[in-house]
Amino acid sequence: MSLERIKIAPEMFDIMPPEYQDLVQKATYGNESRGWKDIGTSKELIEEHSLCAGCPESMAFRYILASLPNPEDTVMVGSTGCTSLVFPHVGIHNIHSLFGNQNAIASGLKRALTVRFPGRVKDVVVLAGDGATVDIGLDMTLQAWFRQEKFTTICFDNELYANTGGQESGLMQKGFVAKMAPIGKHFEKVRLPEIARESGCHYVVNCTVSKPNLIEKVVKNAIYIAREIGPTYLQLYTPCILEIGKNSMEGLQEMRDAEKPTERFAYREYISEPAKELIAEMTAKEKERKAALKKQLAGQNA
Amino acid sequence: MATQSVIGTKNKKGQVFADPWHMMNEAPRTPCFFTGSEVIKEAIRRANVDVMIAYPITPQSEAAALIGELFAEGYIGDYFRGESEFAVMGQCAGAAFGGARVFTTTAGPGTMRAMENFPMWAGARLPIQMIVTCRGINSPLSIQPDTLEISYLMNTGMLVWHAESAQDFYDWMLKGFMVTEEPDVHLPLALCCDGFFVTHTKDMVNLTPVDMCLPPYDPYRAPVPCMDMECPPVRMMRDPFVMKSNYISYATHASWQQEIWAAAERSRKHTIAWLDGLIEVENPDADVLLVASGTAVSQGREAKVLLEEEGIEVGIVKIKVLRPWPHEEIREATKNAKHIIVPEFNVTGWLAKEIRATIPNSERVTGPRVCGGMTMPPEIIVEHIKGALGIKVAAMAGRGS
Repeated sequence: MSLERIKIAPEMFDIMPPEYQDLVQKATYGNESRGWKDIGTSKELIEEHSLCAGCPESMAFRYILASLPNPEDTVMVGSTGCTSLVFPHVGIHNIHSLFGNQNAIASGLKRALTVRFPGRVKDVVVLAGDGATVDIGLDMTLQAWFRQEKFTTICFDNELYANTGGQESGLMQKGFVAKMAPIGKHFEKVRLPEIARESGCHYVVNCTVSKPNLIEKVVKNAIYIAREIGPTYLQLYTPCILEIGKNSMEGLQEMRDAEKPTERFAYREYISEPAKELIAEMTAKEKERKAALKKQLAGQNA
Repeated sequence: MATQSVIGTKNKKGQVFADPWHMMNEAPRTPCFFTGSEVIKEAIRRANVDVMIAYPITPQSEAAALIGELFAEGYIGDYFRGESEFAVMGQCAGAAFGGARVFTTTAGPGTMRAMENFPMWAGARLPIQMIVTCRGINSPLSIQPDTLEISYLMNTGMLVWHAESAQDFYDWMLKGFMVTEEPDVHLPLALCCDGFFVTHTKDMVNLTPVDMCLPPYDPYRAPVPCMDMECPPVRMMRDPFVMKSNYISYATHASWQQEIWAAAERSRKHTIAWLDGLIEVENPDADVLLVASGTAVSQGREAKVLLEEEGIEVGIVKIKVLRPWPHEEIREATKNAKHIIVPEFNVTGWLAKEIRATIPNSERVTGPRVCGGMTMPPEIIVEHIKGALGIKVAAMAGRGS
């Protein structure tokens, strides 16, 4: 999208909603180095949200949306669940259609955008919960990876069905007592990061959203690799504080506890060889750019 | 966004973007002897389709694979095999959300597996065209022709048309894009035919010139924003009403649903122009009127010939469009009929029920039905009509009546 297109005609400026005025004046469109540090000083792509107070998912949304490298040409695909309550507040195009079909939607969407905009970058990012990604939508999640569809899949893993009131999910830990698991879940947490690697994903990360700088890095890597090489997958722990009996201010600590080296959300990353090369290349270019900038500034000061 | 007409310019295959009305109604036609599946391919060759997504299921597999050949020849933007009909219809939706002209085909159990998608397509106002080559959906497994699945599609909000012949199919596919992509319609179309009878038999079909094609779809004429980030990404709602239990939420959903059906109503004027009416009537003053859709119409025509040899006059109403339902047309066409005979290829008789709910004195409506892949010899229709007229007939062998 051309940045010109979101500008408001001067005669109309004062009658536009203040959120939109803000979006035009203070959003970070067109700035590839945008990131989580812009939060608080620029217009975020998410305004208020309707999640529970202190929900880690709301943190995850803010970090991810701040980290998209190309929001003016990014379309997001969601699914049913708590995330579908947030997407209507998000200032980029997003699609909700059915529960679990998000990777099918994204496959068709990415191909349509490739046909319609040859030579232009249009990023597609899927963001859905663990029920959508691993249970009802597993077939379409995996098949999109088998086909090497060029988009990023992000799973908000809260280890249960939160929006429907805390039922067992495939990513729930073994033994956890929940609705529909009245005597405790009897099988292990599905190992989707490993399955993702074996299914052809070029970049897989399993972590929590406790550190915004880490989220910025993995989101950017995932999108760049998906754009150039093939599918990428991020599994992010966004605990449902309500359903695990925590208070609003305890979400961050819950994530820190879950990311200890022996815990299930200890940072794990897989990156394929071509993806490694791409990231190394991009890092080198960035270094060069910064060095040149430094030199230029030094020249100006001299 | 297109700022000037593309009519008269060429696509990458050298086909001229034709004025669709000229292409369909005035341009010279070439007769060809083709199977229904080959006809589907030839229509798509001229339809300027951006994305087609395929999945094997009898009896549409051949057509879906032939369109793959078109992709290999460069006539289609993208083409792939999805993993199931549920996924394929989601992939079609994704492509249509992204502003592509989208085409797919399915049949029987595939239609049923994908069913959750169809009200979503209509609700999202995606003008996807889906060919349905009807077959049995029951257990035990059957691949034979049976039109039961159409009755499920009729309540999804999609436009539903029922082709009788390969010629209908060819013309209606191309015309279908023109109707569904109108800004005041913008709904998906289920273009149905009876599997095998139409897909796997050869027929003479008059094709439009191969060097002419439909102009491309313009997603910026849609009544809903195209999800391509080419128009301003306003936040859609301050307070998402998706799952709220309040009056505003109910009112929003109610008006949205009503708008889908209102859009289907608005398709009438376009469909009447392109298809020359939602129904086709022959001799409506006869006491006995055959009312049917699909290949049941062809069988009715054969029965008409047999009955006329015996001096029994019969009229025929061919229903081309099932959604929007041709309510007024059917009331008018049947007003003088004493016996309304509705032959059908399904066990429930959904068409007869629909007609009974439309006309006065609905006890006039009866009809022979076959299902599970049985053919409907014209003799069955003849026997039924004679029975309705009180003429004694010998029981037909094997029918147990």
